[in-house]
Amino acid sequence: MKTALGNLDFADATTLSEALTLLASEPDRVPLAGCTDVYVGLNFGHIEKKRFVNIWSLSELRGISENADFLRIGALTTYTEMIESPIIAKFLPMMRDCARLIGGCQVQNRGTVGGNIANGSPAGDTLPILAVAEAMIIAQSLSGTRKIPFLSFYAGYRKTVLLPGELIVAIEIPKPPGAQWFRKVGTRAANAISKVVIAGLRGETVRLAFGSVGPTVIRARRTEAVLSSGGTIAQARDALAHDIHPIDDLRSTSRYRMQVAENLLSAFWDSTTPNQS
Amino acid sequence: MVENFRNQDRYESVGRNVDRKEGMSKVTGQAKYVDDLNFEGMIYGRTIRSEIPRGKIKAIHLEFDTEGFTIVDYRDIPGKNLIALIQDDQPCLVESEINHADEPILLLAHPEKEKLLEAKVRIETISEIPVLDPLQSGKIFKEILISKGDIEAGFGLADRIVEGEYRTGHQEHVYIEPNGMIAVPTPDGAITVYGSLQCPYYVHGALMVLLGVPETKVRVVQTETGGGFGGKEDYPSIIACHAALLALKSGRPTKIVYDRVEDMQATTRRHPAIVRHRTGVAADGTLLSMDVEVIMDGGAYCTLSPVVLSRGVIHATGPYRCDNVRIRGRVVHTNTPPNGAFRGFGAPQTLFASEVHLDRIAHTLGLDPIEIREKNAFRPGDVTATGQVLPEDTSALQVLREALKKSDYYNIRKKIGTQAKRGVGVALYWHGSGFTGAGEVKLASKATLELLPSGAKVRVASTEIGQGTRTMLAQIVAQTLGWSYDSIEVSPADTAVVPDSGPTVASRTCMIVGRLLQRCAEEMRFRIGNLTPKQYLEKHGPLEITKVYEKPPAIQWDDEHYRGDAYGTYGWGCNVVDLEWDAVTYEVKVKKVIAVFDIGKAIHPIFAAGQIEGGTAQAIGYALHEEVVMRNGRVANPQLTNYIIPTTMDTPPIEAVIVENSYRFGPFGAKGVGEMPMDGPAAAIVNALFAAGVDVREIPATPERIMEAVCYSR
Repeated sequence: MKTALGNLDFADATTLSEALTLLASEPDRVPLAGCTDVYVGLNFGHIEKKRFVNIWSLSELRGISENADFLRIGALTTYTEMIESPIIAKFLPMMRDCARLIGGCQVQNRGTVGGNIANGSPAGDTLPILAVAEAMIIAQSLSGTRKIPFLSFYAGYRKTVLLPGELIVAIEIPKPPGAQWFRKVGTRAANAISKVVIAGLRGETVRLAFGSVGPTVIRARRTEAVLSSGGTIAQARDALAHDIHPIDDLRSTSRYRMQVAENLLSAFWDSTTPNQS
Repeated sequence: MVENFRNQDRYESVGRNVDRKEGMSKVTGQAKYVDDLNFEGMIYGRTIRSEIPRGKIKAIHLEFDTEGFTIVDYRDIPGKNLIALIQDDQPCLVESEINHADEPILLLAHPEKEKLLEAKVRIETISEIPVLDPLQSGKIFKEILISKGDIEAGFGLADRIVEGEYRTGHQEHVYIEPNGMIAVPTPDGAITVYGSLQCPYYVHGALMVLLGVPETKVRVVQTETGGGFGGKEDYPSIIACHAALLALKSGRPTKIVYDRVEDMQATTRRHPAIVRHRTGVAADGTLLSMDVEVIMDGGAYCTLSPVVLSRGVIHATGPYRCDNVRIRGRVVHTNTPPNGAFRGFGAPQTLFASEVHLDRIAHTLGLDPIEIREKNAFRPGDVTATGQVLPEDTSALQVLREALKKSDYYNIRKKIGTQAKRGVGVALYWHGSGFTGAGEVKLASKATLELLPSGAKVRVASTEIGQGTRTMLAQIVAQTLGWSYDSIEVSPADTAVVPDSGPTVASRTCMIVGRLLQRCAEEMRFRIGNLTPKQYLEKHGPLEITKVYEKPPAIQWDDEHYRGDAYGTYGWGCNVVDLEWDAVTYEVKVKKVIAVFDIGKAIHPIFAAGQIEGGTAQAIGYALHEEVVMRNGRVANPQLTNYIIPTTMDTPPIEAVIVENSYRFGPFGAKGVGEMPMDGPAAAIVNALFAAGVDVREIPATPERIMEAVCYSR
């Protein structure tokens, strides 16, 4: 049943320092931006939190920039902004491909990459990309700014290592070395939540990450090691069974997810193998 | 104005795509749906439901400040605590025994919606072990046996006997507007309900029993309705009863509108079915003996299950002749929310099985799927399993051949060759128009046509739920009178002003109620002669013509033995589906669907094509995507995030082709169209998958099931 809204406490922050000050004194407030997850939760009565702070209008947290080594994406950058960005198109095309498959136009216009990270759903579509790109999360609080490697950002199912009062302000992504590959397998052709997501990077070494196959996004280290050291795809498929342990849920089955993850691995390998002829 | 009523041959309405009567009000947002209506002093209702599938109520704890609330339980029911329908087994509110999850127990109302959401009620229960598997159920709501010839003799002649078991799942209606009702009490103890519904007189009847009042004390008014598909056939009676109880106790108008979650948890769904076939065939494909067993899951109460089963078993042979047939059907009790009416009403389940089985028979014999259909399809004069001699408008072969031509079937098959992962599938089917057996005689439906100075007004209880009732009925009347379409008005479906035309279900509105109005209009035209309506009214006073259903003389039905003419006539349909499946993800991409239907006459061709396209899309969801996940008898995915209906991106091009073989007793030859498009696409899709190397026998054929069939079977 819907959450009764009368008991909820909303605050508005108009600047970053205002937001951080508020979060420092009232760390139980949940930052709200696009609300594409929060509203759904309120509608189904799944959200237990009662206090929120709206950070949607913090323009300093938007935008995409680059330097010689890094891309920087503001936490409030929407999927639409990523789809339209020439920087993303040039350096991180798998993120553009991913953003196009998230929800519909409305969700793409409102949903933010910072929200996708903070929400921490194992089905978060951008997370495997951030995992293979080895992104850094820039978290800020009144006491300063720290960089958290994305790969150590999650402590468990929907649990992050953010400290009370900390806000994700941006993501730094080292320009990825090698060919990028992304594929989302959802429940239908559009407006779908993923059943299996894969992001792959094939350069001198291989990096692979999967979503929706465990409590958090998973880097498939054993599989990477097989492929990076010249192993066969068959060996890599065997290794994958040790990297991921998908479960049955409302959307799919463990057996399907495992089988499709293996198939995706092969498809990644085939389509990133340089043409021999 | 006089012009409108002279030169009668100038006005052609039937067969033209006239403007929808309520089209402008819908596109401009003026149309009022139930949640748009507000009454002075109105309060809001909420339903407190069971969380367990079976057990007893031990205590109810109201853990909120009850000041300002209206609270209703079964003791507040003035008449009988039941929802009157076929059997008197379903209570309006649970007294002690819980028979399914999300069963209504208590009703709350308050002027503020927020207060309602905040109110906490804890139901203390003693759980009992639920029956969740229909095969383990010991309680049968209805059993039917249809028998023709001697199946054992037929099996004795057969070269091969082919067996198969096929399963279909629950399906949600997903009408765009969830269910809702407003009950308005009057000082004299009468009640009026306004709501989203298909059958005003079903709601009317249920309220009379619940409240223990005569018919004059109850009035039911249909509000503009955002889709039904059968989902607003029986359930609105329950919401109306709940709203009425709260309104009577509080003395205030009371609105109950479900949100999507509550609608998907509590209201009815399509019956899941298990269908087993054992078929004796000659080597040349001739069907010699058919033994069919149909088991449907009715859920916790009887509701409409007996008639769903009835339509299901009558259609269970598919449109094929066979001298020896036995069909045994049963619909059983489980501790799940009751299943109810849904477009096709039992036929999509059994036709899925018969069509998928036929392709397996063809495969076993090394025959072509078309060849076996050509050989066995009903021709005029053939005799069905119930002994009905089929009429001249039996067009099974015609729709099959038309579908093959339109789809370029043989060339596509040649082009695909042995190309793996792409296949073409066919389904051929029939759908009886109107109520089954003696149903129409028992209904004895009425329709009224009233003369107005400006033309005429249609007064029927048939509801407009998006399918075009108002427009189509006005076209029939206008054409019969020889007047302009614009001169015909259609009354709201309000039991205070319309007679009982029967429910808006069973693809009967055009064929049955349309024909009643045609007869009204024929008499009106005769009585008016050369006068204009205004001249007639000035000279003779008011004119109102009411007609009652008359059975076509030759139709006979024996309900006890299930023998005779099951339907006045049948529509005929054929699908050809071209699809491919993905070897990495096991997802199916339907490339094209051809849908050919004999509907007698398309009164409004665009609406008819709309019914075909919409029904086909709904059937694609049924075939591939839509899975109700039940956990301990409760729907676990009651939202559109996880209950997957096809989006436009999942819907292929659909080519709707209409064939018009007239039915003598339908208006301008029309038969039913609404349900039939739901019957065949699932079988055509599963047959196309079979042609592409995937043997699935259960729908929805989700990527998960296809993966299992490809990777794990054998």
